[in-house]
Amino acid sequence: MDWKDIVSTVFLAAGCVVAFTGALGILRMPDFYTRLHPAGKNDSFAQFLIMIGLLFQAFRPEFREIVGVAPRLILITLFIYLTSPIATHAITRAAYLDGLKVWRKEGSDGV
Amino acid sequence: MSMYAVFAATGLVFLVTLAMVLVRAFLGPTVWDRILATNAVGTKTVIFVAILGFIMKRPEFLDISLLYAVLNFVATIAILKIVEYKRIG
Repeated sequence: MDWKDIVSTVFLAAGCVVAFTGALGILRMPDFYTRLHPAGKNDSFAQFLIMIGLLFQAFRPEFREIVGVAPRLILITLFIYLTSPIATHAITRAAYLDGLKVWRKEGSDGV
Repeated sequence: MSMYAVFAATGLVFLVTLAMVLVRAFLGPTVWDRILATNAVGTKTVIFVAILGFIMKRPEFLDISLLYAVLNFVATIAILKIVEYKRIG
């Protein structure tokens, strides 16, 4: 393993951790508005980390003859960074306008 | 250890996270939870297809991945419009 493989492994592992905690949050959080937090942030950040990790592998000798691996990775990252917040915002707005109530903990006075 | 083992491990982790998010999509309880989970499944699929391309030594898979990202966004907005206004247009 040269230094590129090590850097790539670190980024891929970090992406795995962020993605797994995000999925755990979506599964375990108590209501819709709290679930937005892992869904909205962790998804795009995990995707960013994974794409950086793959970017260091894009210049391997076996991929050398394939044109445009790195630009496509950057394009996917930029596109998801543009669209993921818009999609999350649209879902939240629709849910709020529909009148979905915010979750309160049992016995809390709601302040 | 070759780099392909790392790709395979990353792919496996993403399959597990996909299953977890799918459980939320099935459980609900509201329609907004389901739409949110579907959106997360789409993002994870984009990453999984990209990793799969690197595992199979064919990074042309990134085109499919890019297409899936576009499709995922349009699908989320379209489903939201149907749920909110009962029509697309």
